Amino acid sequence: MSQDTIYWRSFEELTNHPEFIKDSLREFNIPSPTELEQAQAPDRRDFLKKVGFGLSAAALASCEAPVRKVIPFLANPDNVDYSNANWYASSYMLDGEYCAILVKTKAGRPIKIEGNKLSSVTRGGTSVRVQASVLGLYDNSRYVKPQIDKKNATWQQVDEALAAAVKTGKRTVLVTPSMPSPSFEALVARMQAAIPGFEHVVYDALPASGIIKANKESFGQAVVPSYDFSKANTVVSFDADFLGTWLSPVEFSRAWARTRKLGPNNKRISKLFVVEPLMSLTGANADQRIMAKGSALGSHVAALYNAVMARTGGSARAVVAGVDQKAIDKMADDLVANRGRSVVVAGSNDPAQQTLVNGINFALGNYGTTINLNTPVRTKQGTEEGIAGVLAGLENGSIGTVLFYNTDPVYTHPQGAALKAALKNATGVSLDSAPTDTADACKIVAAAHHYLESWNDFEPKTGFFSLQQPAISPLFETRQAEDTLLKLAGVGETYYDFVRATWRSRVFPQQTEYKGFNQFWNYALHDGIFEVGRPSLRGKDFAPNGTGDADERYEYLSLSGTAPAAFAGNVGSAMSAVTGQAAGQGLELVLYPLMGMMAGVQGNNPMLLEFPDPISRVTWENYVTLAPTKAVELGVSLAEGRTSLVKLKVGGKELTMPAIVQPGQEKNTIGLAVGYGRTVVGEAGKGVGQNAFPFVNLSGGFQSYVVSGVSVENTKEEYMLGHVQTSHTNAGRPVIQEATLAEYQKNPTAGREFPMITTPDGKMKPTDLSLWKTEVNKRPNHAWGMVIDLNSCIGCGACVVGCNVENNVAVVGKQEVVNRREMHWLRIDRYYSSTKTREENATNEELETAAENPRVTFQPMMCQQCNNAPCETVCPVLATTHSTEGLNQMTYNRCIGTRYCANNCPYKVRRFNWFSYPQNKENFPTNPANDPLTRMVLNPDVTVRARGVMEKCTFCIQRIQDGKLTAKKDGRRPVDGEIVTACAQACPTEAIIFGDMNDPNSRVQLAIKEQYSERAFRVLEEYNTRPNVSYLTKIRNA
Amino acid sequence: MKVTLGSRFGIGILSLLFSVSIVATSFAQAGADSAAGAQPAAAAAAPAAGGAGGDIAAGEAVFNANCKQCHAFNEVVVGPALAGAVGRWPSEAALAKFIKYPQKVIDGGDPYAKGLYEKYKQYMPNHDFLSDADISNVIAYIKKGPTEPAATAATAGAPGAEAAATAGGGVDGGAFNIVLGILLLVLVIVLIVLILMVNILTRAVNNNDSIPAEDKAFIQQKTNFGAFFLSPAFKTFVIVVGVFFLAKAGYDRVYAVGIQQGYAPKQPIAFSHKLHAGMYEIDCNYCHIGVNKGKRATIPSVNICMNCHNAIKTKSPEIQKIWRAVRTNQPIEWVRVHNLPDLAYFNHAQHVKVGGVECQACHGDVQNMEVIKQHSTLTMGWCINCHRQTSVKAEGNAYYDKLLYLHKQQTKREMKVADIGGLECSKCHY
Repeated sequence: MSQDTIYWRSFEELTNHPEFIKDSLREFNIPSPTELEQAQAPDRRDFLKKVGFGLSAAALASCEAPVRKVIPFLANPDNVDYSNANWYASSYMLDGEYCAILVKTKAGRPIKIEGNKLSSVTRGGTSVRVQASVLGLYDNSRYVKPQIDKKNATWQQVDEALAAAVKTGKRTVLVTPSMPSPSFEALVARMQAAIPGFEHVVYDALPASGIIKANKESFGQAVVPSYDFSKANTVVSFDADFLGTWLSPVEFSRAWARTRKLGPNNKRISKLFVVEPLMSLTGANADQRIMAKGSALGSHVAALYNAVMARTGGSARAVVAGVDQKAIDKMADDLVANRGRSVVVAGSNDPAQQTLVNGINFALGNYGTTINLNTPVRTKQGTEEGIAGVLAGLENGSIGTVLFYNTDPVYTHPQGAALKAALKNATGVSLDSAPTDTADACKIVAAAHHYLESWNDFEPKTGFFSLQQPAISPLFETRQAEDTLLKLAGVGETYYDFVRATWRSRVFPQQTEYKGFNQFWNYALHDGIFEVGRPSLRGKDFAPNGTGDADERYEYLSLSGTAPAAFAGNVGSAMSAVTGQAAGQGLELVLYPLMGMMAGVQGNNPMLLEFPDPISRVTWENYVTLAPTKAVELGVSLAEGRTSLVKLKVGGKELTMPAIVQPGQEKNTIGLAVGYGRTVVGEAGKGVGQNAFPFVNLSGGFQSYVVSGVSVENTKEEYMLGHVQTSHTNAGRPVIQEATLAEYQKNPTAGREFPMITTPDGKMKPTDLSLWKTEVNKRPNHAWGMVIDLNSCIGCGACVVGCNVENNVAVVGKQEVVNRREMHWLRIDRYYSSTKTREENATNEELETAAENPRVTFQPMMCQQCNNAPCETVCPVLATTHSTEGLNQMTYNRCIGTRYCANNCPYKVRRFNWFSYPQNKENFPTNPANDPLTRMVLNPDVTVRARGVMEKCTFCIQRIQDGKLTAKKDGRRPVDGEIVTACAQACPTEAIIFGDMNDPNSRVQLAIKEQYSERAFRVLEEYNTRPNVSYLTKIRNA
Repeated sequence: MKVTLGSRFGIGILSLLFSVSIVATSFAQAGADSAAGAQPAAAAAAPAAGGAGGDIAAGEAVFNANCKQCHAFNEVVVGPALAGAVGRWPSEAALAKFIKYPQKVIDGGDPYAKGLYEKYKQYMPNHDFLSDADISNVIAYIKKGPTEPAATAATAGAPGAEAAATAGGGVDGGAFNIVLGILLLVLVIVLIVLILMVNILTRAVNNNDSIPAEDKAFIQQKTNFGAFFLSPAFKTFVIVVGVFFLAKAGYDRVYAVGIQQGYAPKQPIAFSHKLHAGMYEIDCNYCHIGVNKGKRATIPSVNICMNCHNAIKTKSPEIQKIWRAVRTNQPIEWVRVHNLPDLAYFNHAQHVKVGGVECQACHGDVQNMEVIKQHSTLTMGWCINCHRQTSVKAEGNAYYDKLLYLHKQQTKREMKVADIGGLECSKCHY
């Protein structure tokens, strides 16, 4: 880190906004109870109330304990016991996102989702959506029974109504999202044979149809190819948020992060260029980030095409105007130097852009190495024509019945309103498990299972099979959608038998290891996956059985395809198409999905709604993002969550929404997230944000998220956002340590701070100075520690939600977030930085330039488990103490709520229970602990905290204790990797390493040993708190 | 009222005795509490230590785990009495095969097996999970017959037993009370003798004229009890003692809030542990299947009851309740006896499987309880106390090797649970 780098967490911090300075000195930005009390002196009645309460509380406490019942099973199922978890391998496939998962069930209830390490696709990684999806099972808005005309019905009535509906002689259409499922495809074939006039339409809310079309033109294959970022030294992304939301983010994050690991034996990392209008997660992780208007992305692609062609001897086209040619040349040089080891991706749905990208990749020889057409990605198959045909068919009355399965086009499609109106002309059938806008417009609701109650199979990429199995019996009188469809097709078997039959005929013959199908099936079900051509998985279990990288432990299948013979894309027309749309000077709206919500399928998931977006750090709604200069122009300022509402006009539509100031955004671009504002949704999602899907531009036949003809005005109406970023301030202390790759290669400790304390005896290391005489705690048994690699942490937040689910962290709702009382134990701090010295009298303009395109650093921050913990020394009741395993223990039942510990914690990671969130449905309706159904998701091994106690990260003590007990029962030491925290488990990039530092072969110990004299640092070392959490410096390939 | 010096002396001695007996009784109680824990633990530790012949001892273990529920030696339980059973079979191999696959053997037409089936009208379940060695061990054990209780002299093997022995000093509560009673009696006799002696001496002094008058006056002086009871010293004494007892009573009362020691609610089925665990010596583990596996020991599911009760006492009204549960598909709602607050994490497997603590150490003489009741206080102090006194069963468990090595470097004392972090908050509270 150079001396003139400044870090800021929010725009108000950078500009030293008076609100920020005022609030930075206080813990909360609302008056504290004492301040309120001073304003209102207690009177006699209050005194009497308190006395009365005290007496009755004392009387209550002396009552007999209530009689508690214990109800055992009638017949205990095999291998199920109350206290130990059962794990089932399954698959997550929602919203076009695939993830191989393990479902943890306790006493028959699924309570946690973790990644399946056996899968070569997702390799044990997860995303926020996957982690939070377990709550969907216990969603109390779910349909409990099938419905006809919004009245509960029996399944017999539904079957009869369905059978009658498809016999009208008109077309019957089944609309689904991409279902890369061999069995589902077989089911569709059976329905086509059984029902005359049956059609299957694939509709993806966030499609990749431009890629499919371009590949068809360029290579004759209408597919989305596989990308292997782990083989790429140079990556160029044109607004493709592959780390956050694009195609298969878990897989891509994992692969890309592998190229960002540094150590004594590896001093090279890949380089990432991003060209984008808004600040995306991928842009935040970029080494070089170029801001461009959404409509100018095409000309940037064209310019890069020209530059690459010029260097590879291809034929360059006309010179493109309006691009930063120097930056493009740099990219081209880097790409050409890494021919065959680079990849260029574009997020646009414009086939012309994609054709040019294909041309670049082909010229660079990336096909067959980093891009693979032989094993296409099957999770995005939808095209725009399909759903347009459905709308037309409904409007002209040729469609008699339309079935919607797991899709919500009334909400997600730009012409959703028209679709809703047209649905009156046909029998609409919803095969959803919870109400959606589409289901609400349907006559019949064939209430379906949640995915954790269902059987299915998936083939997310050709040759990579994956099974989905139920982890719980159906909670309600629902039926798996596929079973309803099988019945409709007149197939007299269950979908489970159907999946088995498909595997017997399709998958079983693709292997030679197992002679009998049953044996093969059992192994596949146990592993959750089957990958063609992969060496046997037998003996490899989900729990790691040795040290080292997971990639070495599991020998993942990485397929290298063959390059297509020729590139047949029409570059000329593509060129003119992309340069033809070159940007004007007008304001542009760019729509994008947020990490948590994506297209809004999990719109009623309170944990996702309270998940702060990694970039904006706003919870509970969507908002308009403005570039700093635009904000100044409009008079919008965001300070401590306080902002104003702006009116956004696009064509005839308008929305009034809160605005935020987003550094790193192109100045004539306005950002708006889709996925919010569902009208038919459960309690948590009701009234949350507004729907941006109607703004999606369909004019070119392909969904485009760049919309022109936009105007925005400030209504000057004040609005409070649940903005968590400024909840804490670090008062300018250096908590981030970073360097560039060149600096690191010269000096491995580059960027590190070595604080010295000035004493009367000269300068001393902080560790040599202590107020206390005691030596550092002895840790004879275990010494739990964590290493977080800031270089591979992409800030995705899977760890945050994983922690919430594992530790019963309370959902507090927007108002409490506004009050800065969010309860997250683990937060990912997002810092902006720029190389502009902070001058006391710097003008606003100078500061704005600094904020225009800042660098971004993510830092997961949780309890640092200090060995000299400042919180421990100030607790008057010894509620927080130190263990001989190096843990800073928090004892809830001892805590009396003085909050001294939180005040004395330099890392600000302690959270206080201001309310009894669990028994307070009235005030916290979205808290899962408040409802008999949703509370089933709670982890029974973790206390649900009461009001008035402090809480914080425990290093997942329940998982530590459980792992130790397993080892003790077997009479052995725990194996490294057997005990991991929920955050380390959830991490898709293996940026968090957890383990026993007393085990000389543990990964965490090896990482510390290896990095001790290089990148490992502890935050705020100068306080001599001696944390058990170490960070590795961030190294940018700038 | 006036009394002599002698009686004053007597009152002093009496009050002394009173206070001694209070202290002694409370000690005796403490001893009795610990001893109650010690006894069953010692008794239960016995079987593990007994038996010299390797295969017979192993056979006994297999028998206790798998056969005992249905077979006794001299009595028909579910299946036949096993005394002399080996001799009744044509060969041990045939018996071994029968144990493994009874139905197969019966259907195969073995005449003796067929006879058994006709007599008992049910098949014994398959025991194909037992190894051949296990079966031959069991046969060896059956041949030898049950081990005499006397032969299994208790050696303090289990840490639970040892801890309790240290705590109670090995003194039996009842005997201690008898000794105290005798002591009290002796002291009362001594007191009476002393009073008599004082009286005789007073009389003798009175009759002796050679004693100076002032001495005589001293001897004959009477105690003014009225003045004594009204004296500030006495009042203070009474107030102090009164306040002390009130405080103690209040303290005890407050500490008893939420403690359900002795809680023995009526259960929906009059299940007797005395009959099952005591008389038939069914292993606790047979019904409480979770005890070695995880957090909960678990209340047995109905299918476990039905292993035996599909044949035994099926007509009993209490057993009919089980049948009703099966028929109506309604699980039985037992009343929970041992309730821990949510904030405390307790894991049975840690204590029973890893720590080797006997069930009785916490649950008391379950084998003698007609209705199950909470034996211990289940307070944190009670947990902590045990963690301080109990040695870790570290030998033979590689998990503890390093800890044991480090501990032995420092001290010769046994490694207690408290020595390896057993008193740390996060061991139980998270």
